[in-house]
Amino acid sequence: MHRLELIGISKQYPAVQANDRVDLRVAPGEIHAVLGENGAGKSTLMKIIYGAVRPDAGEMFLNGERVRVRSPHDARAHGVAMVFQHFSLFDTMTVAENVWLGLRGSRSPADVAAAIRAKAREYGLDVDPVRPVHTLSVGERQRVEVVRALLTDPQLLILDEPTSVLTPQAVEPLFATLRKLAERGCSILYISHKLDEIRALCTACTVLRAGRVTGVVDPRVESAASLSRLMIGAEPPQLTHRAPRPGTEALVADRLILPRRDRFGIDLEAIDLVVHTGEIVGVAGVSGNGQQELLAALAGEDTRAPPASIRLFGRTIGAAGPRTRRRLGLHFVPEERLGRGAVPPLSLAHNLLLTRREPIGRAGWLLQGLLRSMAQTIIARFNVKASGPRATARSLSGGNLQKYIMGREIDARPKVLIAAQPTWGVDIGATAQIRAELLALRDAGCAVLVVSEELDELFEIADRLVVIAKGRLSPAVATQAATREQIGQWMSGLWNGPAAEGAGALV
Amino acid sequence: MNEVALLIAATIASGTPLALAGLGLLLNEKAGVVNLGAEGMMLVAAIAGFAAAYHGGSQWIGFSAGALAGVAMAAVFGWLVIWLNTNQYATGLALSLFGTGLSAFVGIGYVGKKLAERSTFEVPGLVHLPFLGDAVFRQHPLAYFAMALALGIAWFLYRSPAGLILRSVGEAPESAHALGIEVRGIRLAAVLAGGALCGLAGAFLSLVYAPLWVEGLVSGRGWIALALTTFATWRPARVLAGAYLFGGVTMLQFQLQSEGVQIASQLLTMLPYLATVAVLALISRNPAWIRINMPGALGKPFHPGA
Amino acid sequence: MLSFEVRAQPSVAMSFASPLLALALTVAIAALLFRLLGRDPVSGLGVFFVEPFATRYSIAEVALKATPLILCALGLAVCYRANVWNIGAEGQFLLGAICAGGVALWVTTAGIEAPRGVLVPVVLLAGIAGGMAWAAITALLRDWCNANEILVSLMLVYVAQQLLNYLVFGPWKDPLGFNFPQTKTFVAATLLPNLLPQSRLHIGLVLALALVAIFWAFLFRFWGGYQLQIGGLAPAAARYAGFSARAALWGAMLISGGMAGLAGAMEAVGPLRQLTPYVSTGYGFTAIIVCFVGRLHPFGIVFSGVLLSMFLIGGELGQSRLGLPNALTGVFQGLLLFLLLACDTLIDYRPRWRRLVSARDEPATPAQLPAGGAP
Repeated sequence: MHRLELIGISKQYPAVQANDRVDLRVAPGEIHAVLGENGAGKSTLMKIIYGAVRPDAGEMFLNGERVRVRSPHDARAHGVAMVFQHFSLFDTMTVAENVWLGLRGSRSPADVAAAIRAKAREYGLDVDPVRPVHTLSVGERQRVEVVRALLTDPQLLILDEPTSVLTPQAVEPLFATLRKLAERGCSILYISHKLDEIRALCTACTVLRAGRVTGVVDPRVESAASLSRLMIGAEPPQLTHRAPRPGTEALVADRLILPRRDRFGIDLEAIDLVVHTGEIVGVAGVSGNGQQELLAALAGEDTRAPPASIRLFGRTIGAAGPRTRRRLGLHFVPEERLGRGAVPPLSLAHNLLLTRREPIGRAGWLLQGLLRSMAQTIIARFNVKASGPRATARSLSGGNLQKYIMGREIDARPKVLIAAQPTWGVDIGATAQIRAELLALRDAGCAVLVVSEELDELFEIADRLVVIAKGRLSPAVATQAATREQIGQWMSGLWNGPAAEGAGALV
Repeated sequence: MNEVALLIAATIASGTPLALAGLGLLLNEKAGVVNLGAEGMMLVAAIAGFAAAYHGGSQWIGFSAGALAGVAMAAVFGWLVIWLNTNQYATGLALSLFGTGLSAFVGIGYVGKKLAERSTFEVPGLVHLPFLGDAVFRQHPLAYFAMALALGIAWFLYRSPAGLILRSVGEAPESAHALGIEVRGIRLAAVLAGGALCGLAGAFLSLVYAPLWVEGLVSGRGWIALALTTFATWRPARVLAGAYLFGGVTMLQFQLQSEGVQIASQLLTMLPYLATVAVLALISRNPAWIRINMPGALGKPFHPGA
Repeated sequence: MLSFEVRAQPSVAMSFASPLLALALTVAIAALLFRLLGRDPVSGLGVFFVEPFATRYSIAEVALKATPLILCALGLAVCYRANVWNIGAEGQFLLGAICAGGVALWVTTAGIEAPRGVLVPVVLLAGIAGGMAWAAITALLRDWCNANEILVSLMLVYVAQQLLNYLVFGPWKDPLGFNFPQTKTFVAATLLPNLLPQSRLHIGLVLALALVAIFWAFLFRFWGGYQLQIGGLAPAAARYAGFSARAALWGAMLISGGMAGLAGAMEAVGPLRQLTPYVSTGYGFTAIIVCFVGRLHPFGIVFSGVLLSMFLIGGELGQSRLGLPNALTGVFQGLLLFLLLACDTLIDYRPRWRRLVSARDEPATPAQLPAGGAP
């Protein structure tokens, strides 16, 4: 008898078939992977299992019994627990209060604190019930979510891309916890697009592509190539690499010190960073270690830094705003697309005006024709699937919008480009294209800085790597000379040098 | 009677409607909903209460009618804002404008009318205390209710599980929803409770404080109550204190006039409003202070299933 | 039961249809209200929708009342599109009237002789300056102290009203006015020229229509208007682009304050020709409704300005012809705004009738169109 069985699950959204007659079978105590690229339908399927979304067709069985899960509440009543990629935590409340909110029921908040300690001890997790959540790192927050899920005594635990917020070192302890859980009879659904992890942890794997199941395999015997073929229908696209030819210093951060702007931020401490023309520098690090603050300082959204601590081709720009920096050739692609990189209800053409000045005529009159033709050029060159320059930003899929935004900045022929999470949530085809564009930019002599939480990406395209941890920057190391273990260590702040003291162990 | 004691008593009376409305709005905002319709709700409740008391003969009928009127208006607001996801600010404004018009319309026949009952209140025993007796123990029961309410709401919000759930809804409704909390129902409950309290506040004005009906009786107290929640940084005891502060400023203008201070009456009438502006300016200066206590999702719409 | 599903794309058709639908519903409720009040609904509605266009004079009155509404609403449209919630247009209107009236009064009492072509612009500019100055207080407090502009601008309305009262009951009171709270009547050279003989309509209408075109161009064809609107549509994008939030705040407040001040000035030296405590019959607040019903769009505002002006005229006619209380106007205005907000949901949501399968019927959203969003 299966713990969980899905038969013929389908879900249609207005523009896309998210799930198309999906079957899924999970045995008791099995660690079952759901593999697929971004946009394949994994999240929708999980939301259906968890009750956040209703399927158009299909049936769900738990322990052989047909069930209708109409809400997360129902799901929990049936013993299904989920740890989301985006946490459901309340910053201003303590861990115990947060966990209690997820459980409610007959236990009082005080009882919950004791239960948290017991469960944490049982699984070897380090969680302190009295700490306010806003003081926790991302990895610690995930542990709170895990403990909260465990306290519901689940029969099925769903984890959505759990390692995206962990350092490489923290992955193995998580796996240990999951294996222990599986031994106790709980089934685990592990959603990921990381082939190595699935092959290391999972005993079964259902592969989704474009909403359909393309295979159900045992990942332990499959190769990365065969899994990849099931996932995207082909071998992963190869990028052509040329040797970097670094030139002059383009962007320099010189002992950049920046106190946090609000209570929940991170202080930047003595950041030293150099990006040369013709190279790509990658900034690795787990989310929440100062990336946002560093990007704001470099792109000009935060101008509080001492002016001389940021230089562009020798010119001090610490006090200059984003528009001045763009005029000097510094362009930025932020990690949030809708709402920051682009304005959702505006057309692609009008979104051009966020960062480009060419269509602004005399006295501020907007040149509509030029606006549209520029947008059309970008759409064509960067292969953006959109109905035209008049299409609204929000009508595009994530990957296409990112291509447009990236294209908008690259089309400006920048001398320095900063890109944050350039391929997060983007499907493999667009991912390959974006990475190829970044490499092409570099080959053309642009200085490129990529901030990414995805180590694989940085190892793929960066020439040199630095790590940001708790507001400090590690020394740079050539990618070819670096190893994942070393970078993982550095993510915990443990690099040799003056930054070592005070960093402390981090997850 | 002691002048100072009288002043204190008048301040408490004047602050009571502000406190009631302010506490009601506090509950709203802790759940993440801003209701700019306070002024409109108070106006409609004031005339509803007055009319009910006039025809029904008893003050308590009036208060019930006022509270009900507040709940009814809050229900319309709540349905629009919580289920239809309309813009909270625009909808609240619409409620105020509508309430202003409706109360003026309904109240036409009641201008100049007097209520039958006009009793005085005193707390038996305690009223004979020197100074304190006159200052504090001659108030209408609702004044003491307001004080107890402040304490009760503080306990509810920070020491009870239900209060924790309410705060979670105001802090991050998507997270609360993911945890299976019925966000919309809780928000509606908070909005209705807020409406009832604003209704009581409005009825207090027309039944006890004035007591009469004229168009525009509330004179901006609904807006001041809204300002109160901000500069009380969303803590109940501070709402109460702020309410008395404004009650005091309002009383100040009468005090100054009676002392023959040579300032035109209209300029003195400006005092409470100018005071509100001044306090708002001072309090808002420290954004960090505000951020800590402000419900994280205040004013933002919530879509289940998103 | 009725449930609402999110549309893939907001419906353009509905954004035009919604105000009309709201109006239709308001009319329906109005008819009901007339019935309840013991009046014939047809004559009641006629007074509001037909009578105002019956004579040349009444049409002129509709245009006359529409002028200040349109002026204020144009300024508010810029403000609201920039996400600056100026609710105090009424106060800025009053200050405009006070300043313009003050200059006109001074010219009148000091017996200054100057051509109309000089005096009228000076008076109007004084009004604009007054409105801007009053709005600047709100902008300043928001800029320096982070104070909520809704509450500050609103409190200043009450202060402005008291200021006007003080002036007309006190220092500016006409000594020959039988102790009524009013100023002397302004001398003709300061008054707005008439547009239509035998009516009160003045050239303010022409100026208002010209400003409609100017505001349209500013919002939709100029860089300045673009920047202001981004701040309202997506503040994070505005920061990313490097648009100054401070410039947007001051620009929006000064523009809307100036427009409201201009409207107030026109009232004082147009139909009223003096200052009294009743310079404004709530124009500043009605303008907020005009703004929303007109979809924050200059062309839409012309239509909604005329519509709400009809409500105002209808209210007066209803009082004199049918004995209906003037306060009805306020009820209808508020109702219209409410219904508009309710109907606007149809732009983003599609109504669906579902069989009552379960108590929980949650709309699914196209969450799998992850067009961006924060990781």
